[in-house]
Amino acid sequence: MLKKLIVGVLGAALVTGASYETAKAEDTLYVPSLSYRTGPFAGAGVQIANGFADYFAMLNARDGGIGGAKIIMEECETAYNAQKGVECYEATKGKGALVYNPYSTGITLQLIPKAPVDEIPILSMGYGLSAAAKGETFPWTFTYPASYWSQMSSILKYIDANGGVKGKKIGFIYLDVGYGKEPIPLLEALGPKMGFEVAYFPVGVKEMQAQSAQWLNVRKERPDWMVMWGFGAMNASAIKEAAKIRYPMDKFIGNWWAAADVDLRPVGESGKGYIGANFSGIGTDFPAVQDMIKHVVDAGNSKADPADVGGVLYNRGMFNAVIVAEAIAAAQNATGKKSITGADMRVGLETFDLSAARLGELGLAGFTAPIKGDCADHEGAGSVFMQQWNGSSWDQISDPIAPMTDEVGPLLTDAAAQYVSDKPEWKTQSCN
Amino acid sequence: MFYREAGQYNTTYEQDLQAFPIKQDKIGIAIWLVLAYLFVPFFGIPGLEYGFAMNAIMIPVLIFTITTIGLNILVGFTGQISLGTGAFMGVGAYACYKLTSYFPDTNIIILILASGFVSAIVGALFGLPSLRIKGFYLVVATLAAQFFLEWCFIRVGWLYNYNPSGAIEVPQREVLGWIVTGASAEPMTRYLVVLSILVFLAIIAGNLTRGRIGRSWMMIRDMDIAAELIGVRPLTAKLSAFAVSSYFIGVSGALMVFMWLGAAEVESFDVNHSFLYLFMVILGGLGSITGSFMGAAFIWTFPIILKELGKSWFGINATVMENVSLVAIGVMIVVILIAEPHGMARLWQIVKQKLRIWPFPH
Amino acid sequence: MTDFLYSIFVGPFADMIALPDFLMQVLWEGFVAGVLYALIALGFVLIFKASGVFNFAQGIMVVFSGLTLVGLYELGVPAFMALIITLGVMYVLAFSVERFVLRKLVNQPDIILFMATIGLTNILIGLGQWIFGGETKTMITEQLWLPTGSSVWEPNGGLVIFQHIDIAATVIAVLMIVGLGFFFSYTKVGRALRAVADDHQASLSVGISLNQIWVIVWFAAGIVALVTGIMWGARSDVSFSLQIIALKALPVLVLGGFTSIPGAIVGGLIIGIGEKIFEIYWGPLFGSGVEGWFAYVIALIFLLFRPQGLFGDKIIERV
Repeated sequence: MLKKLIVGVLGAALVTGASYETAKAEDTLYVPSLSYRTGPFAGAGVQIANGFADYFAMLNARDGGIGGAKIIMEECETAYNAQKGVECYEATKGKGALVYNPYSTGITLQLIPKAPVDEIPILSMGYGLSAAAKGETFPWTFTYPASYWSQMSSILKYIDANGGVKGKKIGFIYLDVGYGKEPIPLLEALGPKMGFEVAYFPVGVKEMQAQSAQWLNVRKERPDWMVMWGFGAMNASAIKEAAKIRYPMDKFIGNWWAAADVDLRPVGESGKGYIGANFSGIGTDFPAVQDMIKHVVDAGNSKADPADVGGVLYNRGMFNAVIVAEAIAAAQNATGKKSITGADMRVGLETFDLSAARLGELGLAGFTAPIKGDCADHEGAGSVFMQQWNGSSWDQISDPIAPMTDEVGPLLTDAAAQYVSDKPEWKTQSCN
Repeated sequence: MFYREAGQYNTTYEQDLQAFPIKQDKIGIAIWLVLAYLFVPFFGIPGLEYGFAMNAIMIPVLIFTITTIGLNILVGFTGQISLGTGAFMGVGAYACYKLTSYFPDTNIIILILASGFVSAIVGALFGLPSLRIKGFYLVVATLAAQFFLEWCFIRVGWLYNYNPSGAIEVPQREVLGWIVTGASAEPMTRYLVVLSILVFLAIIAGNLTRGRIGRSWMMIRDMDIAAELIGVRPLTAKLSAFAVSSYFIGVSGALMVFMWLGAAEVESFDVNHSFLYLFMVILGGLGSITGSFMGAAFIWTFPIILKELGKSWFGINATVMENVSLVAIGVMIVVILIAEPHGMARLWQIVKQKLRIWPFPH
Repeated sequence: MTDFLYSIFVGPFADMIALPDFLMQVLWEGFVAGVLYALIALGFVLIFKASGVFNFAQGIMVVFSGLTLVGLYELGVPAFMALIITLGVMYVLAFSVERFVLRKLVNQPDIILFMATIGLTNILIGLGQWIFGGETKTMITEQLWLPTGSSVWEPNGGLVIFQHIDIAATVIAVLMIVGLGFFFSYTKVGRALRAVADDHQASLSVGISLNQIWVIVWFAAGIVALVTGIMWGARSDVSFSLQIIALKALPVLVLGGFTSIPGAIVGGLIIGIGEKIFEIYWGPLFGSGVEGWFAYVIALIFLLFRPQGLFGDKIIERV
């Protein structure tokens, strides 16, 4: 028995080893996907991972990859756990990973210092460290299309346009981890300037689904607007509690991680009027999404439930893949090689141009505001738009709202300086 | 045949009291040390990519071994159960972070070892209820520590230097010209530092547990009233167990963040991790230092191996394998508790026993 | 300094008096949370009394049963059929736990049994995620004829909102506790259960089958878990994060005593109401979010000064 066990374990180790030996063949592009289909945030993770995977599968099926090189997309399960994140990073980086999309602020924070050392860029699309938008300080980290701070400033602009923000009280309900606390410095800085007051309502990860105390406090504080930085099971619970205390839904704005179909479906009719920020188009009307349905979903090569295709998070995962694909194409153009490295990819991420015309070519006209890669500006001046829940699906209710770059910019610079202040060896770049 | 100690005579008490009185054990330990110091740092694990072998397997396993030894001192040797391990690791990590921001020029290894003392004090404090209660009641006390400390890690901005991200980020530190922490530190350097600290602490743990203090812990575990009657003071015995255990756990927490993760927020210290460390203790063997090595290595590598097996042999995706490994570890815990409460350490002893009379069993 | 003392000793009470309707709402929310804590604690107490096992898996049983119910419904099984099948699943669970775990661990130290239930927790998490997926699921409230909607009470121009599901949860909890009380006092099995709780040896010698009792008691705990799962799920969806909230039943038990059903109820209500009041009126002093540990710290204080809890048996293993 024991002998068998030992042989089994040794065999397993060998096989494990062998599979890591598979060197990358000629002309392939290896893109790891750190996904989470298990764990506390699986509901969102599944959608994102599917959209991300299906777009690459579509490119492979329709165009034979990018620039003639096949894309190899490999998923590694992190369960939204920082320790498993390290394991996944180590397991995939040796295979020629081009870019990491960790989909977790915790894992992003771990990878930021590693990126310059291993020369693999990080694209934390709409999460991670806001300060990473400063490309001169963070050459290897990208936050296209907007950082949390830019997003918050757009939300404030929306509030300002709908009844003014001066003299108002804004309630900020957030998941009490690094992710949720991220916009607080911006609120603190802009509050006195724009003349609004902020009330904070932290929700612990353990209390995600028991928020009655927070909403009792909301009732006590009576904020004019509520803004939510939530994720996973927290969102639906918050909206339910808001409905319970009869908070007006059209004064309740979720950020782009708190405004997905999976969040609102459990709430249904009682969440009608709830507003969410978003930067990626919704629905299946875009020709690119149609291509994905044709080549991947209908062909049975997708893990996605056909009903979820075109949903907010599915499309966001796809949008992430679009940026990666565009950056790969830009890098291929710049180097003239089909198969590129992480360092080339970094250049690609700084030079790609997703203009309105290019979006049209991709079959994504009107999907999002145009984004342009830039050396100094790693958030690409993207904009968010507002969408509203009508009881069963989302309707876009605003044009893209540009962030208050002049307000956010100096804060980002300060934060970036603070990040490197205790890291004397930090490598920056100069962008002129 | 391989493990026969016939012909080895101890002629002095010193010889009789050695940590490894049998020659084969000495050779075995020497081989392990040679492998760990001379082979692994240069070649990693054969068949695995070097960076993966180091960063995803060797370094975490060694760090968790320290955690497991620490928790084993409390659970296995003293019989006090704790579910606050994750938080006590956090205490060590945050303490080390604060220390190195106050004393940036002090040797980081000394600071890591010093941060364990902070965790020891906190551990002893939350161990106070153990003087009046035991068993499940203590579970509640340690859960109180877990949740209260988690809250502190989030709410006390001073602990993470008021970072806007709310996380602790490891600065780069050098020891004798070698970069030891931060992203630029070579895996080999970090591995050797962790290994040396582990060897140092394991020797201390081994000697503590077979010495007077360790015996008093075991007496408390086996029968507290009898222990008290023959002169063991429960106060000192229990609190020292909590303190020593928390020291080990705190050091491992500091190592985890500084030598492995590079940045951490409260999620890395949550209650689910406390369960994981308890599983390492149970599977490895309650009350065994050797078992702690086995338990940590097994629990950490098992899901990784399973994931690879599932992918390469059966084409099962990682999601399913993640759940399979959860179920499998759960089943193994139950089976081990039923069949062999002393865990893998006991299995190893049985193997040794078999080797002793092989190839001519009775 | 005086400001600080004011904010601790005077301010909160002034707030309470200033907005009595809000205070009412806080008390009601705390009461409902307390009822749910009490239900989970009840499951613990049932098992602890009958078999001396501290069942750490009670929390995950709540999630697992809720998940099974919703998962079956999503597969197209009619709601009440799903309910019955879920009951069947809970019975199978009770039976397998008895057959494959408890029976093999008879006479082992309590701590070993406790650790076995932690292993069981892991198994149930893995199985639940494997079979039904990790996403948050909506409880089938209306399909089970549970009320939705809310009523409003406006005392002197104030506003207190009562969710119908909360009222239903309270009523069902009361019915279940009364039912359990009858079951224990007036049925043969119930009396056997009480006998086992009092003395294993003696009950064995009068011919009570311990194994059978264990299956029954784990099944009863499973039913309690299912009811809790339905009620909690109706309030805030079914997902695995409920499992950690369910751990709050532990401080409830410390407060109420491990062996007392009234203790579980009173303890649950004290913790539920206490933590809401503390969070709302004193929480801001600590930067809020104190709900996560308040219950445990109260339990810690109890452990130091009154380890047997409010209603527990005095014979506690003291050191």
